[in-house]
Amino acid sequence: MSSDVLTAGRSAALRDRQRYLPVLVTAGLLVAMFTVGGLRYEAFASGQIVLNVFIDNAFLLVLAVGMTFVILTGGIDLSVGAVVALSTMVTATLMTDHGWSPLAVVPLVLLIGSVLGLAMGCMIHYFEIQPFIVTLAGMFLARGLCYVIGTDSIPITEETYTAVAQTQISLPGEMHLSVSVVIALAVVLFAAYMLHYTRLGRNVYAIGGSEQSALLMGLPVARTKIAVYTISGFCSALGGVLFSLYTLSGYGLNALGMELDAIAAVVIGGTLLTGGSGYLLGTVLGVLVLGLIQTIISFEGTLSPWWTKIFIGLLLFVFILLQRLITARRS
Amino acid sequence: MNAAAVIRHRLFWPAAVLVLLLAANVFFTPGFLSVELKDGHLYGSLIDIARFGAPLILVAIGMTLVIATGGIDLSVGSVVAISGALACLWITDLDDQQSVGGVLTAVGLALGLALFLGLCNGVLVAGIGIQPIVATLILMVAGRGLAQLITDGQILTVNSAPYKLIGGGYWLTLPFGVLIVAAVLAITAFLTRRMALGLLLESVGGNPVASRLAGIRSRGLIVTVYAFCALCAGIAGLMVSSNVSSADGNNAGLWIELDAILAVVIGGTSLAGGRFSLGGTVLGALVIQTLTTTIYTIGIPPETTLLFKALVVVAVCLLQSPAFREKALNRRRRRPQAAPASADPKVKVPA
Repeated sequence: MSSDVLTAGRSAALRDRQRYLPVLVTAGLLVAMFTVGGLRYEAFASGQIVLNVFIDNAFLLVLAVGMTFVILTGGIDLSVGAVVALSTMVTATLMTDHGWSPLAVVPLVLLIGSVLGLAMGCMIHYFEIQPFIVTLAGMFLARGLCYVIGTDSIPITEETYTAVAQTQISLPGEMHLSVSVVIALAVVLFAAYMLHYTRLGRNVYAIGGSEQSALLMGLPVARTKIAVYTISGFCSALGGVLFSLYTLSGYGLNALGMELDAIAAVVIGGTLLTGGSGYLLGTVLGVLVLGLIQTIISFEGTLSPWWTKIFIGLLLFVFILLQRLITARRS
Repeated sequence: MNAAAVIRHRLFWPAAVLVLLLAANVFFTPGFLSVELKDGHLYGSLIDIARFGAPLILVAIGMTLVIATGGIDLSVGSVVAISGALACLWITDLDDQQSVGGVLTAVGLALGLALFLGLCNGVLVAGIGIQPIVATLILMVAGRGLAQLITDGQILTVNSAPYKLIGGGYWLTLPFGVLIVAAVLAITAFLTRRMALGLLLESVGGNPVASRLAGIRSRGLIVTVYAFCALCAGIAGLMVSSNVSSADGNNAGLWIELDAILAVVIGGTSLAGGRFSLGGTVLGALVIQTLTTTIYTIGIPPETTLLFKALVVVAVCLLQSPAFREKALNRRRRRPQAAPASADPKVKVPA
């Protein structure tokens, strides 16, 4: 009897460890990349390099958080890059051409993103159209709206906004952070809390595991699915605001293909695209891996930028293979 | 066939949208449908739609078969770029760019590479068992890098008459690209509709486990389908690059995978797999291309192309969604005849 309990406990612990394995592998890879970079290049192994990765990828981090929610339910959101572009465009026109205050513009932009996500979520759930197609239409819509607003890049000159963009938060050891990073980290913490400690989070995992079972269990499938796309829309809009803080301009061609970066970050972070399994911490690590690849390529100097894509592709391949091995062994 | 049966036919709504688009064109430009013969070539807006739509139709045909097996191929856009880049690279290195043999070698190499990439996708999906959307995402991301690696980040331009024929030339008064599409379509339709192959593909898409138990070699089929899809994308890549006599690793075939998937869905093929319609796919691709042409001819500012496209996509998808039709129609029907609408499902239950 007691040995039964023991083995059951041990196998549960083993299962736990296996569940964390993809995240641990990503973390290991991150450490390895950082170590190799530190050994190869001078001035690489400093805290500021890590912080720069955060500064350069704060918007991607926010996008990937929203994408994690969607992918955990087994869906996908292709519209995030376009919504980022739309948000930068709306922000820039309203502030530069119409003289609006950032205090009015930013909430409006976040509202637009959320409403777009809400509409897509409703179409996906109530009309049973595949998320792939609905969010593709959302992507066309958002990019199209960008071009309707304007086809040129619009600079942002608003004083408060530029002041916020240029603020550097000093940390001990002569390191500094931008405001965007603080916002992005706050989003990550809040999302992690929602995903792992609230009812909504449990529902997200349950729907990703099996929508049918979730429905039969009496979980609010409709509300959760729509909420997930709304969250993703909100995160995309917030990502757009951070992107406009980063570039201080709005442009319809901004963030082209960024949805792929976000999906790649989520997958590298160990979340299964079939839904139901994954952690927000993994996504954060995935974004850092992507950022570190870019840093290493810029440190290398002689490598052309397209190697970034090839490396990301290779990494995706390795991680997916690894996930496959883990799930195969479990079943 | 009565009117209700026509409306319920799978291809009714895409065909209706196409007719509507053409009618809108005729309304705004009266001579839209006319086709004339000049210098032994056919000219006209309809020919243009077919000519510029050729690469999309080709990619969409390959995509249809992949989707029929329950998969999806996101990498076609990258394969388009890679095949065009490799062919142009080979031709620029030729001593004589006009030599037919050299161009044929370039075409062979490019298609060979496309086929190999498709095989890799197929092995990832069928051999290792990775989800199709993820497996092909790898090549979609890495392939763009690969295409830029081949062209070294430049736009390669070629000046070769035989190569120009593939995408920009005419043969027997028709654009050569259209003839290629017709040939590929005919072969595909013959293989899938006159042979058992189509049925086998649908059974693999409908229920992979059951079809394996029924003795169908689903793995081989799936690998073949991905290879075929990449081959179609490769040919499309040659057309795209030959039409402009240059290869652009960054922009060639950008978003063509999305347009192709859209064409397949508009054509009534379910993304869940198990059923496909080649005719519907061609119709869907023509709808997309006609939409683009319409936007130019009617004089809608090109900036709003995407907006227009989004609206059409939403409209077509909503019309095709059984859930939407049920909700919209029931609301209309419930008031005059509530009884038959609710009685219908009840009769079915005991049976």
